[in-house]
Amino acid sequence: MSRLAVWKFASCDGCQLTLLDCEDELLSVAAQVDIAYFLEASSDRGAGPYDLSLVEGSITTPDDLERIKHVRRVSKHLVTIGACATAGGVQALRDLADVREFAAVVYARPDYIRTLDRSTPVSAHVPVDFELRGCPIDRGQLLEIIGAFLAGRRPVVPAHSVCVECKARGNPCVLAAHGTPCLGPVTQAGCGALCPAFNRGCFGCFGPMESPNAAALNARLRAAGMDDDELGRVYRTFNVTTFGSSSDA
Amino acid sequence: MEQAVLTSLDPLIGALREHGYAVVGPTVRDGVIRFCELGSAADLPAGWTDEQAPGAYRLREGGEPVFGFAASPDSVKRFTHPPRSTLFRMRDGVPEAVPVEAPKVALLGVRACDLAGLAVQDRVFLGGRYPDEAYRARRAALFLIAVNCAVPGGTCFCASMNTGPRATSGFDLALTELTGPHRFLAESGSERGATLLEALPSRPATDADRQAARQVSETAEQRMGRHVELDGVKERLTERRESPVWNEIASRCLTCANCTMVCPTCFCATIEDGTDLADGSASRAERWDSCFTLEFTELGGAPVRSSGAARYRQWLTHKFSTWVDQFGTYGCVGCGRCITWCPTGIDITEELERLR
Repeated sequence: MSRLAVWKFASCDGCQLTLLDCEDELLSVAAQVDIAYFLEASSDRGAGPYDLSLVEGSITTPDDLERIKHVRRVSKHLVTIGACATAGGVQALRDLADVREFAAVVYARPDYIRTLDRSTPVSAHVPVDFELRGCPIDRGQLLEIIGAFLAGRRPVVPAHSVCVECKARGNPCVLAAHGTPCLGPVTQAGCGALCPAFNRGCFGCFGPMESPNAAALNARLRAAGMDDDELGRVYRTFNVTTFGSSSDA
Repeated sequence: MEQAVLTSLDPLIGALREHGYAVVGPTVRDGVIRFCELGSAADLPAGWTDEQAPGAYRLREGGEPVFGFAASPDSVKRFTHPPRSTLFRMRDGVPEAVPVEAPKVALLGVRACDLAGLAVQDRVFLGGRYPDEAYRARRAALFLIAVNCAVPGGTCFCASMNTGPRATSGFDLALTELTGPHRFLAESGSERGATLLEALPSRPATDADRQAARQVSETAEQRMGRHVELDGVKERLTERRESPVWNEIASRCLTCANCTMVCPTCFCATIEDGTDLADGSASRAERWDSCFTLEFTELGGAPVRSSGAARYRQWLTHKFSTWVDQFGTYGCVGCGRCITWCPTGIDITEELERLR
């Protein structure tokens, strides 16, 4: 039986929780794979090597740097799960400022804090076999990755826009119908267009789609009343590194 | 063709339900007028209208009419060519047929452009050597009640495409909403439509009713928000293959695929194979795809049409040129949805004009 490990780096645990949140399907997963190392679910620390490692969180400390190399060494396949592991996450906002200043404001004894200047994705340090997007990841996509891995097939994880899923779901476009700012057209699908289904604009947590045209969308968002400051904030939340300078486009 | 005047749509809705149809029609929901299952005529959007412009749709309070609005956000292709359908399953290497879901649906309030879209899809799915039997079953399960368009939207151009505003074929019943007093002139377009109409409480249509209905369509035809010059368009688009206009359009195009998703004729789909963790079965599904996605033209690991310009050119050229070679009609019916629902408001009628 294939052995599965789940690892945590700088993150909120929400993506790991998605695995536990599989409910009905969780028993099927447990029947097909040996969940050898998953501290959020069990204190068993089954020794490596592992056939499939799911890695949550970004690399933010000197210790992380060493640990991710260990994870790679003991894993046949390494899949990152979520915006932190794939794009640095919310904590990559530090990349835009001086992390020491943050530490000085937040902690009574900042000299106890050992942290890196930047919050980086796992792929910046070790080879990654597949990246699952989202904050958090989508349960269906997680099961798809595990199923594809077990069947030895290519996972079906399209890189097109959120709009494709949004229209398939039958949502009227919130941008066209209500003028609600929405990053759906530049964001990769996978969530099932969750936010637009509840009349909210997409906030881009799955990161850029395959061929994002931020300049074209920004012109529309500016016309809808967003200023440069708001544009900067909307792109620089979950995927600071991958959306990059989209807000300036 | 039977004609009669109805004063209420409730007997019609009731009769359709008695015949086992789910009655789906326009209603105000999610800030738009969209097709949903109707409980009674009270669910129809009386007193509401819409304003449509490139990249913008707004729901507005209207006047007396029940059907005083233009194209719905979503086309009716959802009922004939659903966004996702399972084609077959495999268990232990043995294929299993999956029954086609073809629920009986009565679509109340479809427009001439919607009917034209269905006619285009009929050619695509049923006209070739390999007809799509699932499409045929879903299509046969539809009962179509057209409503002649009285208030075309700002992005409508069915008159240019010769598909409207008056529904001339492809319906079971067609209604024209008349005022002073409020009533509907109903005409049948099929035997089952005639049978249904005969059983409804009605009065015979007079010449005055017919004249008023003609007036509605004539007025609507004068109120088209957009216009397309079809003369020579098929040949012209082929000649404009290297035009710099394509790159300029691409600078505004998000390649998000909204236009193809809301288009009543866009039929492209992809095949997705999946495996079920619980029972070990495999399945193959068909899912809406779009010529605007990169994976759509992926061959040998790389897309053939990687630039936005190539993708937009493919779409527009297909609609107005190569579709004619392929299916003998245009792939556009003039509903204007691709204009209204394009987040950046790209207007195909304007782009066609620039490509002259």
